[in-house]
Amino acid sequence: MTLLERLTAAKQAGDYQGLFDAIPYAKFLGLSAAMHGDELITTMRYTEDLIGNPALPALHGGTLGALLESAAIFELLWRAETVVLPKTITVTIDYLRSGAPLDTHARGVITRQGRRISNVRIEAWQGDRSAPVASAHGIFLVMRG
Amino acid sequence: MADDTDQRLKLKLVRGFSVNVPHNKALGLEIVEIEPHEALFKLPYDEKLVGNPDTGVIHGGAITALLDAASGAAVFASLVNIVPIATLDLRIDYLRPAEAGQAVLAKATCYKMTRNVAFTRAVAYHDDPDDPIAHSVGTFMVSTKLGTVKS
Repeated sequence: MTLLERLTAAKQAGDYQGLFDAIPYAKFLGLSAAMHGDELITTMRYTEDLIGNPALPALHGGTLGALLESAAIFELLWRAETVVLPKTITVTIDYLRSGAPLDTHARGVITRQGRRISNVRIEAWQGDRSAPVASAHGIFLVMRG
Repeated sequence: MADDTDQRLKLKLVRGFSVNVPHNKALGLEIVEIEPHEALFKLPYDEKLVGNPDTGVIHGGAITALLDAASGAAVFASLVNIVPIATLDLRIDYLRPAEAGQAVLAKATCYKMTRNVAFTRAVAYHDDPDDPIAHSVGTFMVSTKLGTVKS
Protein backbone atom coordinates (compact mmCIF):
# COMPACT_ATOMS: atom_id res chain seq x y z
CA MET A 1 0.00 0.00 0.00
CA THR A 2 1.21 3.50 -0.73
CA LEU A 3 1.30 6.08 2.04
CA LEU A 4 -1.77 7.76 0.58
CA GLU A 5 -3.69 4.47 0.58
CA ARG A 6 -2.65 3.78 4.17
CA LEU A 7 -3.73 7.25 5.21
CA THR A 8 -7.04 6.93 3.39
CA ALA A 9 -7.70 3.53 5.02
CA ALA A 10 -6.79 4.88 8.48
CA LYS A 11 -9.11 7.82 7.98
CA GLN A 12 -12.02 5.66 6.82
CA ALA A 13 -11.53 3.41 9.85
CA GLY A 14 -11.40 6.42 12.19
CA ASP A 15 -7.93 5.30 13.19
CA TYR A 16 -6.08 8.50 14.13
CA GLN A 17 -3.01 6.60 15.24
CA GLY A 18 -2.88 4.89 11.85
CA LEU A 19 -2.01 8.27 10.32
CA PHE A 20 1.13 8.38 12.44
CA ASP A 21 2.18 4.76 12.23
CA ALA A 22 2.64 5.13 8.47
CA ILE A 23 5.34 7.78 8.97
CA PRO A 24 8.75 6.74 10.40
CA TYR A 25 9.65 10.28 11.57
CA ALA A 26 6.40 10.51 13.58
CA LYS A 27 7.50 7.36 15.43
CA PHE A 28 10.99 8.81 15.96
CA LEU A 29 9.44 11.87 17.64
CA GLY A 30 7.00 9.74 19.67
CA LEU A 31 3.85 11.30 18.21
CA SER A 32 0.37 10.00 18.92
CA ALA A 33 -3.07 11.38 18.25
CA ALA A 34 -6.45 11.33 19.95
CA MET A 35 -9.81 12.94 19.47
CA HIS A 36 -10.91 15.12 22.40
CA GLY A 37 -14.47 16.19 21.64
CA ASP A 38 -14.16 17.42 18.07
CA GLU A 39 -10.50 18.35 18.41
CA LEU A 40 -7.71 16.21 16.97
CA ILE A 41 -4.88 16.59 19.45
CA THR A 42 -1.34 15.47 18.65
CA THR A 43 0.92 14.53 21.54
CA MET A 44 4.72 14.26 21.59
CA ARG A 45 5.67 11.92 24.42
CA TYR A 46 8.63 13.14 26.42
CA THR A 47 11.91 11.27 26.19
CA GLU A 48 15.42 12.49 26.93
CA ASP A 49 16.16 12.34 23.20
CA LEU A 50 14.00 15.47 22.70
CA ILE A 51 16.19 17.68 24.90
CA GLY A 52 17.98 20.64 23.31
CA ASN A 53 19.35 22.28 26.45
CA PRO A 54 20.41 19.79 29.12
CA ALA A 55 21.24 22.58 31.62
CA LEU A 56 17.67 23.86 32.00
CA PRO A 57 16.54 21.23 30.83
CA ALA A 58 14.45 22.29 27.82
CA LEU A 59 13.10 20.64 24.70
CA HIS A 60 14.98 21.22 21.41
CA GLY A 61 13.30 23.93 19.35
CA GLY A 62 13.37 21.63 16.36
CA THR A 63 11.19 19.05 18.13
CA LEU A 64 8.55 21.69 18.91
CA GLY A 65 8.69 22.92 15.31
CA ALA A 66 8.28 19.38 14.01
CA LEU A 67 5.36 18.74 16.39
CA LEU A 68 3.58 21.93 15.26
CA GLU A 69 4.12 21.15 11.58
CA SER A 70 2.97 17.55 12.05
CA ALA A 71 -0.17 18.64 13.93
CA ALA A 72 -1.02 20.96 11.02
CA ILE A 73 -0.51 18.20 8.45
CA PHE A 74 -2.62 15.73 10.44
CA GLU A 75 -5.39 18.30 10.83
CA LEU A 76 -5.35 18.80 7.04
CA LEU A 77 -5.36 15.05 6.38
CA TRP A 78 -8.16 14.55 8.87
CA ARG A 79 -10.48 17.35 7.76
CA ALA A 80 -10.00 17.16 3.99
CA GLU A 81 -12.66 15.37 1.98
CA THR A 82 -10.15 13.67 -0.28
CA VAL A 83 -6.85 12.65 1.20
CA VAL A 84 -3.94 14.41 -0.45
CA LEU A 85 -0.48 14.73 1.04
CA PRO A 86 -0.09 18.35 2.08
CA LYS A 87 3.28 19.84 1.17
CA THR A 88 4.65 22.47 3.50
CA ILE A 89 5.45 25.71 1.67
CA THR A 90 6.40 27.76 4.69
CA VAL A 91 6.04 27.56 8.45
CA THR A 92 6.80 30.25 11.03
CA ILE A 93 7.31 29.16 14.60
CA ASP A 94 7.08 31.47 17.61
CA TYR A 95 8.83 30.10 20.66
CA LEU A 96 6.92 31.45 23.64
CA ARG A 97 8.28 29.56 26.64
CA SER A 98 11.00 27.04 27.17
CA GLY A 99 9.62 23.53 26.72
CA ALA A 100 9.79 21.61 29.99
CA PRO A 101 10.77 17.91 29.97
CA LEU A 102 7.09 16.89 29.73
CA ASP A 103 4.62 15.57 27.16
CA THR A 104 3.65 18.32 24.71
CA HIS A 105 0.28 18.60 22.95
CA ALA A 106 -0.61 20.46 19.78
CA ARG A 107 -3.67 21.32 17.78
CA GLY A 108 -3.97 22.87 14.36
CA VAL A 109 -6.88 25.03 13.18
CA ILE A 110 -7.43 25.49 9.46
CA THR A 111 -7.95 29.21 8.95
CA ARG A 112 -8.44 28.98 5.22
CA GLN A 113 -9.01 26.02 2.96
CA GLY A 114 -8.50 26.93 -0.67
CA ARG A 115 -8.41 24.84 -3.80
CA ARG A 116 -4.62 24.75 -3.82
CA ILE A 117 -3.51 26.39 -0.59
CA SER A 118 -4.43 25.83 3.05
CA ASN A 119 -3.49 28.11 5.91
CA VAL A 120 -3.19 26.57 9.37
CA ARG A 121 -2.52 28.04 12.82
CA ILE A 122 -1.12 25.71 15.46
CA GLU A 123 -0.53 25.94 19.20
CA ALA A 124 1.50 23.66 21.44
CA TRP A 125 1.12 23.43 25.21
CA GLN A 126 2.14 21.28 28.15
CA GLY A 127 0.29 21.38 31.49
CA ASP A 128 -1.64 24.59 30.96
CA ARG A 129 -3.29 25.07 27.60
CA SER A 130 -3.70 28.81 28.21
CA ALA A 131 0.11 29.13 28.46
CA PRO A 132 1.34 27.72 25.12
CA VAL A 133 5.05 26.86 24.76
CA ALA A 134 5.03 27.57 21.03
CA SER A 135 2.72 28.58 18.23
CA ALA A 136 3.07 28.55 14.48
CA HIS A 137 1.34 29.31 11.25
CA GLY A 138 1.92 27.32 8.14
CA ILE A 139 0.96 27.48 4.48
CA PHE A 140 0.50 24.19 2.70
CA LEU A 141 0.07 23.09 -0.91
CA VAL A 142 -2.84 20.67 -1.04
CA MET A 143 -3.19 19.49 -4.62
CA ARG A 144 -3.70 16.00 -5.89
CA GLY A 145 -0.79 14.44 -7.70
CA MET B 1 47.42 36.58 19.63
CA ALA B 2 45.48 36.26 22.86
CA ASP B 3 42.34 37.21 20.96
CA ASP B 4 42.95 34.44 18.44
CA THR B 5 43.34 31.89 21.22
CA ASP B 6 40.18 33.14 22.94
CA GLN B 7 38.33 32.89 19.65
CA ARG B 8 39.51 29.35 19.03
CA LEU B 9 38.60 28.30 22.55
CA LYS B 10 35.16 29.84 22.18
CA LEU B 11 34.48 28.07 18.89
CA LYS B 12 35.63 24.82 20.48
CA LEU B 13 33.21 25.44 23.34
CA VAL B 14 30.34 26.04 20.89
CA ARG B 15 31.19 22.77 19.18
CA GLY B 16 31.23 20.99 22.56
CA PHE B 17 27.79 22.40 23.45
CA SER B 18 26.25 21.32 20.16
CA VAL B 19 27.75 17.83 20.22
CA ASN B 20 26.28 17.15 23.66
CA VAL B 21 22.70 18.21 22.86
CA PRO B 22 20.67 14.99 23.26
CA HIS B 23 18.32 15.70 20.35
CA ASN B 24 21.25 16.51 18.04
CA LYS B 25 22.66 13.10 18.98
CA ALA B 26 19.30 11.40 18.38
CA LEU B 27 19.15 12.98 14.91
CA GLY B 28 22.75 11.97 14.22
CA LEU B 29 23.73 15.61 13.55
CA GLU B 30 27.37 16.22 12.73
CA ILE B 31 29.14 19.52 13.16
CA VAL B 32 31.19 20.09 10.03
CA GLU B 33 32.50 23.57 10.75
CA ILE B 34 32.10 26.38 13.24
CA GLU B 35 33.56 29.76 12.40
CA PRO B 36 32.89 33.25 13.72
CA HIS B 37 29.22 34.02 12.90
CA GLU B 38 28.79 30.77 10.95
CA ALA B 39 27.99 27.12 11.45
CA LEU B 40 27.84 24.22 9.00
CA PHE B 41 25.91 21.16 10.23
CA LYS B 42 25.26 17.85 8.51
CA LEU B 43 22.23 15.60 8.89
CA PRO B 44 23.14 12.14 7.55
CA TYR B 45 20.34 10.27 5.82
CA ASP B 46 18.55 7.84 8.12
CA GLU B 47 15.39 5.81 7.53
CA LYS B 48 14.00 6.75 10.95
CA LEU B 49 13.71 10.36 9.73
CA VAL B 50 11.62 9.53 6.66
CA GLY B 51 8.38 11.47 6.24
CA ASN B 52 7.08 9.65 3.18
CA PRO B 53 7.90 5.93 3.01
CA ASP B 54 6.91 5.82 -0.70
CA THR B 55 9.66 8.21 -1.71
CA GLY B 56 12.09 7.79 1.21
CA VAL B 57 12.30 11.59 1.54
CA ILE B 58 13.06 12.81 5.06
CA HIS B 59 10.41 14.72 7.02
CA GLY B 60 10.37 18.51 7.04
CA GLY B 61 10.53 18.39 10.83
CA ALA B 62 14.04 16.93 10.71
CA ILE B 63 15.10 19.80 8.42
CA THR B 64 13.53 22.24 10.90
CA ALA B 65 15.57 20.74 13.74
CA LEU B 66 18.74 20.88 11.60
CA LEU B 67 18.19 24.56 10.69
CA ASP B 68 17.32 25.47 14.29
CA ALA B 69 20.46 23.76 15.63
CA ALA B 70 22.77 25.30 13.02
CA SER B 71 21.24 28.77 13.51
CA GLY B 72 21.66 28.56 17.30
CA ALA B 73 25.31 27.52 16.88
CA ALA B 74 25.88 30.49 14.51
CA VAL B 75 24.55 32.80 17.25
CA PHE B 76 26.83 31.19 19.86
CA ALA B 77 29.73 31.62 17.43
CA SER B 78 28.96 35.37 17.29
CA LEU B 79 28.85 36.04 21.02
CA VAL B 80 31.73 37.79 22.73
CA ASN B 81 31.01 35.79 25.88
CA ILE B 82 29.05 32.57 25.86
CA VAL B 83 25.65 33.30 27.42
CA PRO B 84 22.37 31.39 27.19
CA ILE B 85 20.24 32.07 24.12
CA ALA B 86 16.64 31.22 23.24
CA THR B 87 14.97 30.99 19.83
CA LEU B 88 12.29 33.67 19.48
CA ASP B 89 11.07 32.66 16.06
CA LEU B 90 12.08 30.65 13.06
CA ARG B 91 10.54 30.80 9.60
CA ILE B 92 11.31 27.98 7.21
CA ASP B 93 10.54 28.05 3.50
CA TYR B 94 10.57 24.65 1.84
CA LEU B 95 11.87 25.21 -1.67
CA ARG B 96 12.07 21.68 -3.01
CA PRO B 97 11.95 18.12 -1.63
CA ALA B 98 15.14 16.60 -0.27
CA GLU B 99 16.42 13.58 -2.15
CA ALA B 100 16.20 10.13 -0.58
CA GLY B 101 19.43 8.60 0.60
CA GLN B 102 21.37 11.86 0.69
CA ALA B 103 22.71 13.80 3.66
CA VAL B 104 21.42 17.35 4.16
CA LEU B 105 23.81 20.17 5.04
CA ALA B 106 22.78 23.39 6.75
CA LYS B 107 24.86 26.53 6.60
CA ALA B 108 23.72 29.16 9.09
CA THR B 109 24.92 32.74 9.48
CA CYS B 110 24.31 35.13 12.33
CA TYR B 111 24.19 38.31 10.22
CA LYS B 112 23.32 40.78 12.96
CA MET B 113 23.96 40.82 16.68
CA THR B 114 22.50 43.41 19.03
CA ARG B 115 22.55 43.69 22.80
CA ASN B 116 19.37 41.64 23.17
CA VAL B 117 18.60 39.97 19.87
CA ALA B 118 20.53 38.01 17.24
CA PHE B 119 19.31 37.57 13.64
CA THR B 120 20.10 34.49 11.56
CA ARG B 121 19.59 33.07 8.12
CA ALA B 122 20.32 29.56 6.95
CA VAL B 123 20.04 27.30 3.92
CA ALA B 124 19.65 23.53 3.80
CA TYR B 125 21.05 21.76 0.72
CA HIS B 126 22.64 18.56 -0.57
CA ASP B 127 25.69 19.68 -2.56
CA ASP B 128 25.15 23.23 -3.68
CA PRO B 129 24.04 26.05 -1.36
CA ASP B 130 22.74 27.84 -4.46
CA ASP B 131 20.27 24.99 -5.03
CA PRO B 132 18.68 24.91 -1.57
CA ILE B 133 16.07 22.51 -0.17
CA ALA B 134 14.98 25.00 2.47
CA HIS B 135 15.76 28.51 3.63
CA SER B 136 15.20 29.91 7.09
CA VAL B 137 15.39 33.16 9.00
CA GLY B 138 15.37 33.30 12.76
CA THR B 139 15.64 35.61 15.73
CA PHE B 140 17.19 34.67 19.05
CA MET B 141 17.03 36.28 22.48
CA VAL B 142 20.58 36.76 23.69
CA SER B 143 21.26 36.19 27.35
CA THR B 144 18.21 34.67 28.89
CA LYS B 145 17.63 35.00 32.62
CA LEU B 146 20.50 32.61 33.37
CA GLY B 147 23.14 35.00 32.10
CA THR B 148 24.00 38.55 31.14
CA VAL B 149 25.72 40.10 28.15
CA LYS B 150 28.81 42.24 28.60
CA SER B 151 28.39 45.29 26.43
